[in-house]
Order: sequence, then C-alpha cells, then structure tokens
Amino acid sequence: MILQELFGWFGDPAHWQGPDGVPNRMLEHLGYTLLSVFGAAAIAIPLGLYVGHSGRGGVVLVGLSNAMRALPTLGLVTFLFLIAGGSEAGTIVGLIVLAVPPILAGTYSGVQDTDRGVVDAARGMGMTGWQRLWQVEVPNALPLLMGGLRNAALQVVATASVAAYVGLGGLGRLLLDGLRVIDYSKVLAGALFIALLAVLLDLVLAGLQRIIVPRGLRVAAAAVAGRPKARSSGRTES
Amino acid sequence: MIEFQAVTKRFDDGTTAVDNLDMVVEAGTITVFVGPSGCGKTTSLRMVNRMIEPTSGTVLVDGEDIRKSNPALLRRRIGYVIQQAGLFPHRTVLDNVATVPLLSGWTRRKARARAAELLETVGLDAAMGKRYPSQLSGGQQQRVGVARALAADPPVLLMDEPFSAVDPVVREGLQDELLRLQADLDKTIVFVTHDIDEAVRIGEKVAVFRKGGVLAQYAAPAELLSNPADDFVSSFVGKDRGYRGLSFLQADGIQLGGVSTMGLHGEHLSGERPSTVGGPDWTLVLDDDGRPRGWLPPGVVIQGEPAEEDLRPGGSLYTEGTALRGALDAALSSPSGLGVVVDDAGRYTGVVTAQQVIDLIEERRKDAA
Ligand SMILES: Nc1ncnc2c1ncn2[C@@H]1O[C@H](COP(=O)(O)OP(=O)(O)OP(=O)(O)O)[C@@H](O)[C@H]1O
Ligand SMILES: [Mg+2]
Repeated sequence: MILQELFGWFGDPAHWQGPDGVPNRMLEHLGYTLLSVFGAAAIAIPLGLYVGHSGRGGVVLVGLSNAMRALPTLGLVTFLFLIAGGSEAGTIVGLIVLAVPPILAGTYSGVQDTDRGVVDAARGMGMTGWQRLWQVEVPNALPLLMGGLRNAALQVVATASVAAYVGLGGLGRLLLDGLRVIDYSKVLAGALFIALLAVLLDLVLAGLQRIIVPRGLRVAAAAVAGRPKARSSGRTES
Repeated sequence: MIEFQAVTKRFDDGTTAVDNLDMVVEAGTITVFVGPSGCGKTTSLRMVNRMIEPTSGTVLVDGEDIRKSNPALLRRRIGYVIQQAGLFPHRTVLDNVATVPLLSGWTRRKARARAAELLETVGLDAAMGKRYPSQLSGGQQQRVGVARALAADPPVLLMDEPFSAVDPVVREGLQDELLRLQADLDKTIVFVTHDIDEAVRIGEKVAVFRKGGVLAQYAAPAELLSNPADDFVSSFVGKDRGYRGLSFLQADGIQLGGVSTMGLHGEHLSGERPSTVGGPDWTLVLDDDGRPRGWLPPGVVIQGEPAEEDLRPGGSLYTEGTALRGALDAALSSPSGLGVVVDDAGRYTGVVTAQQVIDLIEERRKDAA
C-alpha cells in the first residue's frame, strides 16, 4: 500500500538527516522562496507605487507584466542557470521574474483603486506628494498589495522545485531523485512538504496582513459586504 | 476676499471650462456658484486652491496672487469640502479631522483635542471620533468633512456640492447648520451647487454660470429672483421664483388677528387682540407655556379637557419677524386657514390669513411703482 510505504518513508531516520534530509531540503526551499519573494517585492512594490501614484506608465506596466507572465519558468530558469555559469543566482533571478507580476499588479491596482475622492481630498487639504503616498495611498493599497504578495509566495514555493532540475537543492530534489529511482514514496513526500510549506507561508503572510492593514479598511469592507460590522472597541451607541 | 481677474481655463482637449471670469468674492460672506452641469463651477472653485491652474488670468486670495504660494501650503490655509466628503477610510473620524493640523506640525495631542472640539462644533457627539467613516451616515460624514475643513481655522472655505449626496431633509438640516456656523465663524465661503433652491437659501451672493463657463449674473438672491439678467437666468431660477422671492420680503406692517383660544385643561383664554378675521369659529388650543398644540374645529363642544383626538394638528408656524414666505405657508397649511404666528420662544401671538399676505404684497408693489 502506498500509504504504508509513505509512513515507512517518514519513519526512516535517514530521511531526516544530512544534506539530503527533509529539514535541510525544506530550509533550502524556504531560502530560495524568501530570497525570490523579497527580491521581487523590492523591485515590484516601489515600481507599482510609483506608477499608481503618478499615473504615468500604467499601460507599459500592464503590458510588461503580462509579457513576464507568459515566459515559461522552467525554460527561463535553465537558460539563466546556463548563462549565470551554474550558480544559484540564475535560479533566483528566474523565480524573481515569476514573482514580480503578481506583486506589481497588486501594488499598482491597490493604489489605483484608492477612492478618487479620497485622493482628491488629500491633495486639496495640502498633502505633498510624499505625504499623500505614505499617509493615504499606501495604507489603502495594503489589502491588494498583500494579496499580490501572497499570490507570488504561493507560486514561488511551488515553482522553486525547478531549482532541482539544474542541480540545486530544495524540496524539488525529493521529487526528481524519487522519480529517477522510481521511489514514489519519496515523490509523494516531496509534494506533501511543498504543499505544507506553501500553507505555512500563506498563514504567516495572512497574519502579517491582519496586522498591517488598517482596521478602518476592514470595517469598511465588512460594511460593504453587508456582514455585521467588525468587532470594535470604539463603537458607541447614538 | 477672493478675486478672479480675467480668469480663463481651457483644458488640453480644447474645452473652455471657464471663460474670462471677473468677479470678487467678498470676505466674510457665503457666495454660491450655481448653474447647470458642466458650466465650470468646479473648475472655477478648484482654481482658488490651485487644484487646477488657470490657462490665463490671475486669482488673488486676500490680495495675494496665489501663484506666489507653494500649492500644499496654500491649501492648508483654505478649507476644502467635496461631495461624498472624501473621508480617509483607514483613519478614525477624529484623526480625519486632525489631518490638516497634523500636516501643519501640531502635536498629535493638540491636534486631536482641536478635532474633538470641532466635532461638537458641527453637531456631532465627541464619542463618534472613535468610529471609522464607514460607520457613519451620509449626513454625519458630511459634517465630519466640514469639521475637517475647519480644523486649522482657515479664513477661506471652498465647498463643492457638499450636501448633494444626502436626502432633502438631512440636506436642509446641514444647510441650517452651515448658516449657524457661519454666523459665528465669519469665513469667506464659496459654495458650489446646481440646486437653485439651495443657492438662494444659503447664499448672500449668488453667481449664476451658463454653459461655456460664462458668468451670467452675480447678485444677491433677492435681486436674482426679482430681476434676472436675461432669459437664461430667468429660466434657470425656475417657475417658482415668484413664490421663492417671498423669502426675501419682510412681513413688517402685517396686522395680526386674534382667535379664541383654550388651555389644555379646558379653560377659555381670552385672545389679546379682538378677532379681526372673519370665518368659521375655530379654537386654538395652547399648552401651559402658551405654545400652540392644535385646532378644535367649529361646532365641537368640549366638556372639561380637550382630548388628543379632538385636536386637528396645526400647520406650519410663522415666527414673527421672519420673511413673508413663512407667513403665507402657515396660512396655507393651517386647517382653519388661519396661519398661527408665534414669537421667538414659540408662544402664540396671533393669526394671519393668506389674503393679508397677498394684500401686503400688492401694497408693496403699489409703493414701489
Ligand atoms: N480634466 C478635464 N479635462 C477636460 N475637460 C474637463 C476636465 N475637467 C472638466 N472638464 C470640462 O470642463 C467643463 C466644466 O467642468 P466642471 O467640472 O467645472 O463643471 P461643473 O459646473 O462643476 O459641473 P457639475 O455640476 O456637473 O459638477 C465641462 O465641460 C467638463 O467636461
Ligand atoms: Mg462640479
């Protein structure tokens, strides 16, 4: 039975130790993921904020990120790996290219979707461009921005397995090596751990989102959805 | 004081939104820009705080060319209220109101204290400061918008259709509130609306714009209604303008009549004036403070105290010393045809008929001729 074999695989202490053990592969996988997502965020968030805030280059931006989405990731990673001379950098760049479009789209549309009246009022009250960006547009963009970030993280976790194709580590090793020796338990274990990592990462980001998105926006979203208003210490009778 | 000197705005697509505007908005008055949609009211308004730059011409605020000021600093000295309020959804009501003081470098504490004070000024409970904008009604949001614009005590206030998104009853309350506020604050207010009723109600001066951004007439409301400059203005101010004009006629010289009155406990009170008006014998019931409670129709005989179901609800009340329109409305809306006149404290002082109002208008007209 496959399940028994799977449990057998889990039970083997050899699979939990050393460079090819699950903990190490998981750390490698997480490392690629975080590096790529942070790298992508460092590019996409400032760019998205700039374009959303200034209203300049929106068309170019959408075209560019659609083009980036269309690139085949595996081919790109292999190609970059080859021109980068077999280092990890190529893989990371490939994953960054994958993660940029969702973060860019989330940031840009978060700023764009900020109520025009609200932005107009901010300007009319005498906010400078920077003040408007930080005090109004960024807080209002956070829900969509975080959505984009979570999307990117999920895609990167799943795709970081390609690192194994070019001889690097990560949980992709379990999949590839398992396939090579026809050890389906290993393949299945690899897939399960990738899924687990994705879920955990998303939970962490969801927690972060809850902390940084201003409470007023959650209250407003709940009011629009017609659900009972969010719990609020500040609510008073009138 | 705000001066427009030969101000023209032409947008890139060739639309002339404002055409050679020359006008002076006097300090300490409410000046209303009114006109059909697309006639350049908003554009004119937004050229005052440099949200839009004129194509040519000069705008002066308190004698100073606004092009000399940094736009952000200029705007902090000019309150700005827009339709739908434009409140920051991510900030509490209190922090919304504190926005401009904070931008101007006040401490958070001082800014919040000022904001709490202002919430009360615009008639909101200070406890509402902790809520978020989405937890307020439309009317409350507009009040917060006004409070936010007033926070740094700017001498000039620009209001672009601030009350158009609320229902008529709430709107009237907000208009009254604005007039009450202005009596204390004495700001220079420019108020944009496309509602002529609102314009003549709150404006001390009214500027009527026509399509193409041309100023058609700039006058006091009474003048506008009685003496429209051309066919456009006369059709814009509408078919009720004769009746509306009564809002600007004083009722002095009207002779109040009397009517038999009864207290809540059935006691007959003698009217202070002899009954000078004929007609059927209605009795007005007054409460212990002398305020009207309702009418008893002729022929109803009361044993002891008049019961609630015997009383016909009265019409609108006319307060002595206010405009003639109220007197006519009181007479027309009263079940007895007698408009009830009260003093400032709401106590009954006499009655007036529609005929008396008409006679007074006729008399005035003869005097004027
Ligand atoms: N940014 C813009 N670009 C091009 N045309 C504009 C722009 N803003 C306004 N207009 C045009 O200028 C004219 C005046 O517009 P404005 O907004 O001042 O009208 P308004 O009197 O405030 O109308 P409303 O009562 O509908 O608010 C309109 O024809 C409008 O289409
Ligand atoms: Mg307008």
